[in-house]
Amino acid sequence: MKVVIVGDGKVGGTIASQLATEGHDIIVIDNNTTVLTNAVNTMDIISVEGNGASLEVQRRAGVESADILIAATSADEVNMLACLLGKKLGARHTIARVRSPEYISQIAFLKDELGLSMSVNPELAAAGEISRLLRFPSALKIEPFARGRVELVEVRIPEHSVLDGMPLWAIYKEFQVKILICAVQREGKVFIPSGAFVLQAGDKINVTAPHLEIAKFFRIIGIFRSSVKSVMIIGGGRMAYYLAKEMLMLRVRVKIIELDMKRCEYLCEMLPEAVIIHGDGTDKELLQEEGLEKTDAVVTLTSMDEENIVVSLYAKVKKVSKVIAKINRISFDEILDKLDIDGFISPKTIAANNIVRYVRAMQNSVGSSNVETLHRLINDQVEALEFRVNENSPVVGIPLKDLRTKDELLVATIIRGTQVIIPAGNDTIEIGDNVIIVTAKKHLMDLKDILK
Amino acid sequence: MNFRMIVYILGNMLRLEGLLMAVPAALAFYYGEGPALKAFLATLAVCVLTGTAMESREPENKRIYGREGFVVVALSWIMMSVFGALPFYLSGAIEGVMNCFFETVSGFTTTGATILSDIEALPLSILFWRSFTHWVGGMGILVFMLAVLPMGDDRSMYLMRAEAPGPVVSKLVPKVKSTAKLLYTIYIVLTLVEMTLLFFGGMPLFDSVVNAFSTAGTGGFAIKNASIAAYDSVYFEYVITVFMLLFGVNFNLYYLLLIRDFKNALRNEELRYYAAIVIGSILLITANIYRFYPTLESAFRHAAFQVAAITSTTGFATANFELWPEFSRTLIFCLTILGACGGSTAGGLKVSRFIILLKMAAREVRHIIHPRSVNLIKLDGYKVEEDVTHGVTGYIIVYILLLLGSFILVSLDNFDFTTSLTSVVTCLSNVGPGLGMVGPEDNFGFFSGFSKFVLCMDMLLGRLEIFPIILLFAPPVWRKSYM
Repeated sequence: MKVVIVGDGKVGGTIASQLATEGHDIIVIDNNTTVLTNAVNTMDIISVEGNGASLEVQRRAGVESADILIAATSADEVNMLACLLGKKLGARHTIARVRSPEYISQIAFLKDELGLSMSVNPELAAAGEISRLLRFPSALKIEPFARGRVELVEVRIPEHSVLDGMPLWAIYKEFQVKILICAVQREGKVFIPSGAFVLQAGDKINVTAPHLEIAKFFRIIGIFRSSVKSVMIIGGGRMAYYLAKEMLMLRVRVKIIELDMKRCEYLCEMLPEAVIIHGDGTDKELLQEEGLEKTDAVVTLTSMDEENIVVSLYAKVKKVSKVIAKINRISFDEILDKLDIDGFISPKTIAANNIVRYVRAMQNSVGSSNVETLHRLINDQVEALEFRVNENSPVVGIPLKDLRTKDELLVATIIRGTQVIIPAGNDTIEIGDNVIIVTAKKHLMDLKDILK
Repeated sequence: MNFRMIVYILGNMLRLEGLLMAVPAALAFYYGEGPALKAFLATLAVCVLTGTAMESREPENKRIYGREGFVVVALSWIMMSVFGALPFYLSGAIEGVMNCFFETVSGFTTTGATILSDIEALPLSILFWRSFTHWVGGMGILVFMLAVLPMGDDRSMYLMRAEAPGPVVSKLVPKVKSTAKLLYTIYIVLTLVEMTLLFFGGMPLFDSVVNAFSTAGTGGFAIKNASIAAYDSVYFEYVITVFMLLFGVNFNLYYLLLIRDFKNALRNEELRYYAAIVIGSILLITANIYRFYPTLESAFRHAAFQVAAITSTTGFATANFELWPEFSRTLIFCLTILGACGGSTAGGLKVSRFIILLKMAAREVRHIIHPRSVNLIKLDGYKVEEDVTHGVTGYIIVYILLLLGSFILVSLDNFDFTTSLTSVVTCLSNVGPGLGMVGPEDNFGFFSGFSKFVLCMDMLLGRLEIFPIILLFAPPVWRKSYM
């Protein structure tokens, strides 16, 4: 598909590189030559220099024949104008990044006039992600599949866990839980395990199963924690506002520490149920005074990565059970992995991922591939793909143990109607099923590609 | 410097060259040319085996930067020339290692300067390989590789930019691979059209194929001693004139025509300058030489052919311009330096660089008159980035230095001023014929081995636009940590 991206910042750049590696034709518009030169050098795309909300520049980029226009500059107004123009020029779909709460509320009102297919608010999306993690505190990451019926959860096996030294085939025998471990990270390497694979303490495992089964599994292996009752948020920006709002709706007690008095007053007005503290969130005295040790969760959302990491590490030292930090420079993942912090959130990456997911879903309706959703796991080393079985494919009706599938590939879940099947060797794939495949091989386009 | 990746790409290239060798090998078999067949098969085996060995270890870190791109391009062209010379040497068609190398470099760089005095004595398959190197070198062998091989595409723009000629290199479509494919499709179609026109005009099939290859790459290796004049056909001369000029046009314009964007295609400033220069030179030379020819038409035809051959840096000949008046010869010399459009298969300084230089000169003048005026340099209505203008001035400076340096080295052979100077210029511009003892009816065989080596380097420098080769001699490039 032909995709035009306006704005080559963090969000635009991430989307461009993702979509370019997936084989789309990408044209990036930005008014900064240096950024564009760099983009063209490191990605397989072309660039157009200029203001993305100007007709002449959009014409030069060929928006008339584009399948999607994505406006991801830092200015909401520019994004909306760019989408409006693009739609009028003939782009089939338009996606705008809109982050100001005032505009978001009127997007629905203007949706027809703007012709937006989707609007993305990075801060809101990130707040949603954090709230999901806080509701399920033992997980490092959670990805929903099949419209939320199946979850793919990443956890670390603790020291002295019953799983230490256990081969995968023994799990069901021991505990009678129907879960599937579909990827294991150990010392920076990723394995798609077979039944004989032996787990070790310290492994990060990706587990798929329906929600209830996962809860049961966690309780058995001793890493289940009840959901948080109180959360302390350091930094009172937009993300803090969205997160606090969601948490308050879930009846979680919220405390926000913010340095700017004006902002404190605003938050106080908007979030009457939250406790707003005016003060420096990196002040140890203040943190102790406000009872950091006693809270269930700490989320650091200041604009400085360093402060977020320092405060998070301190909270971890004080035995806060769930600590999440906002990070902008997510590309230093080698360091982040080593830190004892439960989760990292980058709003821009999340926004980019949401858009990429949307584009992929759209591709299914246009292109030949029938991938329903695609998740990149473990620093993009593993893909989890959801396929819909529409017609008779060579994999239909054959017990899984007789299918000669590729190496490093796993049929993780079969969804048949309302039933979620964690497949064993005798299960079969039938027409009408949704099937989730986990693989280290990239670019599966069709379900039959899983065969050797 | 990512040496692993460099070796890996080079291995791929070498294997590709080996596979290309299968075409002349098949011809040698068909014509029953025993020694040539053996030579081609041996080279094929050597290339494929060495290439496969080099690319057997796929590097983990495939990341390359601009410098790796330049080094890969420079090394691969040298490597291609060395291995491409093997058939000439092994079949005994050309004597002397240096002569074989010169002939191959001249082929790949699309220069068309030869050291042979009797071309017609060579086996047909060897003649085919000579012209085939033109065709392959014209659009660029790395571009070909990008079109056919699955590479890590993200950074392959570095490779394409290092090989493609012109001050600014851009992609036609977002993907490097599709761009490379498109370029080659346009190239192949144009070549086929010329082949057909020549063939149905009555040229033997072999000749029309080989001459089309030589024109397409703007090379100029002929298979007759008297070049195109040997056919003595007005029709062939006009067809070849037109196609030489067509191959000197920026290929991006053909793409614009293909997607029916006529407005932008016609707005192209480089094309208009190119047309003006060509037409102006043809008319001036016609006026200058018409009294030497029986009819005005024949004077015009010869002027047009020679101007097209020199501007497009092909270097075919139908008339010996050595015998023309001084004014025409000087004009021809200037066209040799200038060359055709960027993004074409032609060599030389490129018209677009010339336009930018003219505009920079005009800007200087304006700046003296209005010291506080702000002046932008525009091309096709868009601002030319300062990076590009700096690049152009830098290029010209290095070009002049190289020209002078090679001129001094070649003058050690003690030939006259015109011969030494024009031989260097014609090699740097990848044209072929020069003036004096290297005119259109002469060859380069009489130079010493040393001078031939210098001229080979000049041809490579000219084809790759200087910097890739220069980079090979920069010590920091060879250190592991780039310090």
